[in-house]
Amino acid sequence: MELIYFQLLAAILFCIGIYGVLARRSAVLILMSIELMLNAVNINLIGYAAFSSFGSAHRNLGQVLVIFIITIAAAELALAMAIILRLYRNKNNVNVDELDILKG
Amino acid sequence: MSVVFFAIAAILVISGGIGVVAARNIVYAALSLLVAMVGTAGVFLIGLAEFLALVQLLIYGGAVVIVILFSLMLTKIQDFEFLTANKQWPIALIVAIFLLGLLGISILVEGSATTTMGSTNISELGLSLFSDWAIPFELASLVLLIALIGAVVVVRRDNGEDK
Repeated sequence: MELIYFQLLAAILFCIGIYGVLARRSAVLILMSIELMLNAVNINLIGYAAFSSFGSAHRNLGQVLVIFIITIAAAELALAMAIILRLYRNKNNVNVDELDILKG
Repeated sequence: MSVVFFAIAAILVISGGIGVVAARNIVYAALSLLVAMVGTAGVFLIGLAEFLALVQLLIYGGAVVIVILFSLMLTKIQDFEFLTANKQWPIALIVAIFLLGLLGISILVEGSATTTMGSTNISELGLSLFSDWAIPFELASLVLLIALIGAVVVVRRDNGEDK
């Protein structure tokens, strides 16, 4: 195993997520793509933690960071789902191309 | 040997990711997300993070995908017409490929000095989490609590609202 495998996998997954965020229309699908990007970052952190040559304290640091990222991602997902449900109830629509009420 | 397992997990992750961004049916996209999350848990196992692989399966495989499926059920997205990519998808593809090239070139040029994996154990991780990182840990739980209460407040119907 080498660190490069983890890095390349994370880069590929991050770019898939970027494409999803830019090209999809449904807000739910954009949220799923954001989850993919967060997972790419987690894979990168786990890879660096596993191949760290600075002792076990650094390896634990990488895994603790991943725990925090997963926690914040769960909070973000709950809030985003609440906003999407609210949008659907008020506008009957979750297509981001047509939601431009903040446009001014 | 671990390279073979890593390759299997990586194929799961990438095919799941492509399924999320390319599926025409939104439920298939959610299930592809589940595949990608399970593959990520496999990658975590190979990266010596057994506890995080378990957390990944529980939180993403269990909670996140179920929440997404529930929201799909509540929003009744039935017209598949707007599930296709929007007009700017060629630009999005160009941006993604350009970024992938940039990242790939920088990763390959930089290379990696270390090729040996260290070892970790769960009890050390727990000690570090509850001694060095105790205050951030508690703050994260507070953030989660506030976010969940906020989600309930946002979704709740007001009294004066019709329907």
